[in-house]
Amino acid sequence: MPGAAGSLGPVSASITVGVVTFPGSLDDRDAARAVRAAGVQVIRLWHGDADLHGVDAVVLPGGFSYGDYLRGGAIARFSSVVGEIVAAAGAGLPVLGICNGFQVLCEAHLLPGALVRNAGLRFVCRDQVLAVENPSTSWTNQYAAGEQILIPIKHGEGRYVADAVVLDELEQSGRVVFRYVGDNPNGALNNIAGIANEAGNVVGLMPHPEHAIDELTGPSSDGLTMFASLLKALVAA
Amino acid sequence: MPRVIVDVMPKPEILDPQGQAIARALPNLGFDNVTSVRQGKRFEIEVADGGDPLEVARLAAEAMLANPVIEDFTVHVAPD
Amino acid sequence: MTEVAQPFAELGLKDDEYQRILEILGRRPTDTELAMYGVMWSEHCSYKSSKVHLRQFADNAPSSEAMLVGIGENAGVVDVGDGLAVTFKVESHNHPSYVEPYQGAATGVGGIVRDILTMGARPIAVMDSLRFGEAEAPDTKRLVQGIVAGVGGYGNCLGLPNIGGEVGFDPTYAGNPLVNALCVGVLPHDRLQLAQAKGTGNVVILLGAKTGRDGIGGASVLASATFDDESPTKRPAVQVGDPFAEKVLIECCLELFDAGLVTGIQDLGAAGLSCAFAETAAHGDGGMHVELEKVPLREASMVPVEILTSESQERMLAIVEPANVAAVLALCEKWGALATVVGTVTDTGRLVITWHGETVVDVVPGSLADDGPVYHRPIQRPDLEQDALAADSSASLPRPSTGEALRETVLRMAASPELCSRRWVTEQYDRYVMGGTVLAMPHDGGVVRIGDDTSRGIALALDGNGRFAKLDPHDGAQLNLAEAYRNVACAGATPLAVTDCLNFGSPEDPAVMWQFAEATRGLAEACRALGTPVTGGNVSFYNQTGATAINPTPVIGVLAVLDDVAKRVPSGFGREGEHVIALGETADELDGSAWAWVMHGHLGGRPPAVRLDAERSLAALLRRAAADGLVASAHDLSEGGLAQAVVEAALINGVGATIEVIGDPFTSLFSESAARAIVTTDDAEALLALAGEHGVPATRLGVTGGDAVVVSDLFDLGLDELRAAFEGTLPALFG
Repeated sequence: MPGAAGSLGPVSASITVGVVTFPGSLDDRDAARAVRAAGVQVIRLWHGDADLHGVDAVVLPGGFSYGDYLRGGAIARFSSVVGEIVAAAGAGLPVLGICNGFQVLCEAHLLPGALVRNAGLRFVCRDQVLAVENPSTSWTNQYAAGEQILIPIKHGEGRYVADAVVLDELEQSGRVVFRYVGDNPNGALNNIAGIANEAGNVVGLMPHPEHAIDELTGPSSDGLTMFASLLKALVAA
Repeated sequence: MPRVIVDVMPKPEILDPQGQAIARALPNLGFDNVTSVRQGKRFEIEVADGGDPLEVARLAAEAMLANPVIEDFTVHVAPD
Repeated sequence: MTEVAQPFAELGLKDDEYQRILEILGRRPTDTELAMYGVMWSEHCSYKSSKVHLRQFADNAPSSEAMLVGIGENAGVVDVGDGLAVTFKVESHNHPSYVEPYQGAATGVGGIVRDILTMGARPIAVMDSLRFGEAEAPDTKRLVQGIVAGVGGYGNCLGLPNIGGEVGFDPTYAGNPLVNALCVGVLPHDRLQLAQAKGTGNVVILLGAKTGRDGIGGASVLASATFDDESPTKRPAVQVGDPFAEKVLIECCLELFDAGLVTGIQDLGAAGLSCAFAETAAHGDGGMHVELEKVPLREASMVPVEILTSESQERMLAIVEPANVAAVLALCEKWGALATVVGTVTDTGRLVITWHGETVVDVVPGSLADDGPVYHRPIQRPDLEQDALAADSSASLPRPSTGEALRETVLRMAASPELCSRRWVTEQYDRYVMGGTVLAMPHDGGVVRIGDDTSRGIALALDGNGRFAKLDPHDGAQLNLAEAYRNVACAGATPLAVTDCLNFGSPEDPAVMWQFAEATRGLAEACRALGTPVTGGNVSFYNQTGATAINPTPVIGVLAVLDDVAKRVPSGFGREGEHVIALGETADELDGSAWAWVMHGHLGGRPPAVRLDAERSLAALLRRAAADGLVASAHDLSEGGLAQAVVEAALINGVGATIEVIGDPFTSLFSESAARAIVTTDDAEALLALAGEHGVPATRLGVTGGDAVVVSDLFDLGLDELRAAFEGTLPALFG
């Protein structure tokens, strides 16, 4: 997959993706590594810096921003950088929120619903099969519809909840992007693992694609396709 | 300095596995007549003299302390 | 005016220890000084009962070119090539974890991580070794749930992958669970930090959390004593961890190190500021002046004794040149970490602590840090008990002989708390964070890549069988080392160094001291024989309920290196059609085995023979076979013997096997002889030849494939049935 991305050559050379670090971010380096593995340059963004440095897309990584002592993502959403991201996402900037990043996107109302404590009350780290339900977002265009992928999950607050109206709308408009296959690991409604905004440029998911970029350090390389999809979307744009 | 209490509770329709776990455990300790437990959060906020402390707390709860998607909140002044 | 007697006994000091303080000072100690001596001379901080035994780890250490920093510092440091070094250590947090399981375990992880950070290393992984009472006992569930959640809660929030460890159950741990946490970190050679206050005029800066009343006297008995009439209400000694604060502290300290802004650094653990001031001063220029009122407090009413003995978490002490102070404070501000100037390094040779201008401490720091009491505790082998135990062999226990009985035994053992899947525990730990995890549970050893720009990695294993050590502490300690050594070798790595956490009962019991002396002697000998020095560790005494001590539990960690992590060898059968080969020799060694315990509740006899030469040959063979890409999987044979090893290897990827047993089926399947492993390979001839070159007996057992474990002519066990038995136990017990 890095080869495929690299073949886009000169176009991709000027593309940059921002990876945000909040105090308490944990998977920021891993997200940056995954973006680079897809052949894209990374610019690290600091939570207190109200400047996106001209990046073409943003990844909000996993972790426990500010300790997540209030609720996951509840304090990070008020950081300077998230203010900029909210504005830019409205104008079409591709944004991927992974785990804690997904929580930030929901708290910031870029995505509907919320992530609450796992139904089993325990942190769960396991390799999880997902179905790609929507292969047309900025982050999934290189997957096939219905494709099953193997991606690690690791979270204590990943149960997706939303009211019936929101859920219905998500389902009707094809905005459920990823669904858990097999055992539902956290009690998420409708087995939802990830969703998109209406325009499809903002995607949030609980599983960690950055931990599935090669078979040496992850259960598969299926996650790399998410970052390759972004490159495709940016080059096409 | 006025102290305001903000109580944040999961909305009634939101599953509260923590509360349920406690409710399941209580009968083992002899609390047979407990039929339901819900678990929430309580914040104690001190507000400098000046503005309306209840209003300050309400705004803070709306903005950050509670997530209106999943939680309700109430505010009241702490008894001395 | 008559002098009031000082409450030294309540601070855990003996008569003669108090007399010694009077001699050292040439006067009565102040209340504050007395409290500092109390915590610094406690067993926990001074190693006064263990010191004379631990010396042999240094005195008899095998020569090792890899060793950069040996025993005695916060953690040993080992060269792994490419200008990189690795530091690792295991430490106990047993007693706090019984009082408050979640926070006790969490702060155990936090403490060992700061030890590693203090060496200048970025922590890259953790492991944990846990012991509980019988799985079905009433209090076990509370402890398991709390301790596992605490280990996970802290490590997950800190962003450190948990790559392995062990969980054990035995009635002797019922009132005294063991929580041993290991951390490993990596550093460039030139970032190595030392815990020294050097350079007269340099500034002492306290980093991290505010100091509160938590954990006061955790290292001694202060929390249970009335110190003086003015002391406020006694607080519980429970420390509460804040992993977010520690994460910030890690990033902040690493930036400070990289920028060359600190000349010395020490973490605050047991005995808090007392220890940090005394040790850095004693190991630096010898003098320090501290203005104690500058220490940021959580509760304004705290007095000097409390401030100096608090064990509040997530704090570090840095020594900084005056010209760099502004830069240090700015960097801490960037990360939101509190940083406060609290003192200066002096050339007076004395640690002087003032409180609003009044001198409350004025001592030679070495008298606190290094010159504590040293005891040669009485040692007495409990002949009657030990001889009876040795005589009570497992030979008389009824052994299964029919295929059906053997099948039933394998199934029951796989489902027992002793041997069943640890998935319920390890799923609560993040194994992926940092992106370098190559192998983690349930593989034999954890393997992580030590950087993005290198293929180099390290392997770690942690083992501590307390039953073998109960039968024979000397051999038991050696067997634990051998098992950890074998585990990392199975992963394809080269063993380099050892860390140990020695969990024992009361050192005041001569029988316990005998166990301790035997275990340390055995361990030092075996380290020498295997060429792997002990680089650091921890002793935990007083693990007992009433007069009954725990099984002596020396938990041994072995660090190994892999030049190329892509060559790592997993434990599970990978594909159909691979040859299964048994390495090593099997004798009738069932005393102290999982079979004797699980099927008969029996513990007695002699542990399996220690075979260190055979371990070395086996490890060399495994390493070579891995480097040559000759083996697809390797799994050590230990608890539960061959039967359990095949079950585990089959269940990892759901690939079964058909094997034949040679000789007595029962002995073949369940003996726990040391220095054995099973491997799978595509090229059996080449492997057998290589084994021959290394002098390792090798036997073809069968081939992988199918959806069952088949032992020819004896029994079949379907993987579904096995999996249900193996995986169902812990969730059923602990929810």
